[in-house]
Amino acid sequence: MEQARFELLVVPYRKAAYNLARWLTGNDHDAEDVVQEAFLRAYRFFDRFQGGDGRAWLLAIVRNTCYSWMRQNRNLALTETLDEVEAFGPSPESLLIENLDRESLRRAIQELPVEFREAIILRELEGLSYKDIAAVTEVPVGTVMSRLARARARLIRALGKRNAGGTS
Amino acid sequence: MNCDETRALVTAYVDAELDVAHSREVEWHIQTCPACARLVENQQRLRSSIQASGLRFDPPSSFDRRLDAALRTAAKNPERARTARWPWVAIAAGIILALVLASKLGNPGKPVADSLLAQELVDSHVRSLLPGRLMDVESTDRHTVKPWFNGKLDFSPPVEDFTAEGFPLVGGRLDSLAGRTVAVLVYKRAQHVINLYVWPSAAPPSSPRSAVVQGYNILNWTRANFAWSLVSDLNRDELQQFASRLQKTAP
Repeated sequence: MEQARFELLVVPYRKAAYNLARWLTGNDHDAEDVVQEAFLRAYRFFDRFQGGDGRAWLLAIVRNTCYSWMRQNRNLALTETLDEVEAFGPSPESLLIENLDRESLRRAIQELPVEFREAIILRELEGLSYKDIAAVTEVPVGTVMSRLARARARLIRALGKRNAGGTS
Repeated sequence: MNCDETRALVTAYVDAELDVAHSREVEWHIQTCPACARLVENQQRLRSSIQASGLRFDPPSSFDRRLDAALRTAAKNPERARTARWPWVAIAAGIILALVLASKLGNPGKPVADSLLAQELVDSHVRSLLPGRLMDVESTDRHTVKPWFNGKLDFSPPVEDFTAEGFPLVGGRLDSLAGRTVAVLVYKRAQHVINLYVWPSAAPPSSPRSAVVQGYNILNWTRANFAWSLVSDLNRDELQQFASRLQKTAP
């Protein structure tokens, strides 16, 4: 019975789980290990699942498992000094976003600090609402919004071209 | 709405997470402000570029089989699932925890040990209140509850019903405290759930000591070669009253 509910409500999101883990850990091998561990945790704690969105519930476990993994491997690049990067450099409205190629986009996203990266992945690639992102990342909705704003400002700085027309 | 106010809302606007009134205001503003319009446009282009670029990572085809196998193993053998990965970390943590908890179960008089036990009791109590976790055997009849423990424990817990005193027995379950399996008898006082934990103890008899953890009242005592612990959100006086009643009947 529980097994059937688990297969119905959680197992279908294995691709979303893998995508998030792959972006957070940065390589295939670790992503596979983390997702397997996360699924086993999810299975074990399934009686705590209160119903609702199985995807957000699973992704929260995947994220926590990733963070444990990153802490163990000492490569958790949390919250570098963000303000420096954001205070200097061209203003976003003087830049133009066009014809972005896949590889430079991928690299720019991979270089984001992890809490910005996960917000972008959950929003753009998994299509989660702010509310669901807030649930997965355990922060208020307002924080989700500001992380997305700052993440996008960084990406635009990294990828934008000087606007020759010069509207500003 | 001025530029600063608009900029604060551009992200939520682009994500359609803004209420209608504010969306309308952003739209009005960007019609007359090229700089803010550029911010909106850049975010929209960035979004569609990311979404169109196929940046999702797909698991290798072998991964589905691996995950299915791991989940099947977990379904067959829940204990194995616990240590499937990072087994040494889990085992080491388990041994340390067991040592800490075992030392405290053996010496119920120590305050630090008491607070550890109290925390574990409250964690267990809170877990038991989650849906479907309170009882393994649901019965107000002690002649149903007591035999249910047969073969599941290496001791036979004393089981009494106190409906006449306003503490009806509603059931029992197995739980785990300090690495050993204990009997839990579930009583009620009006709408309050009371968990009574019972396990064998060689410690000399003691009168109930009270503790409060996270707002839950706890009473611990030793008597008749059993350790007894009551945990509830019931007020302390009534819980104490229940403890006194239990002590009178203990074998």
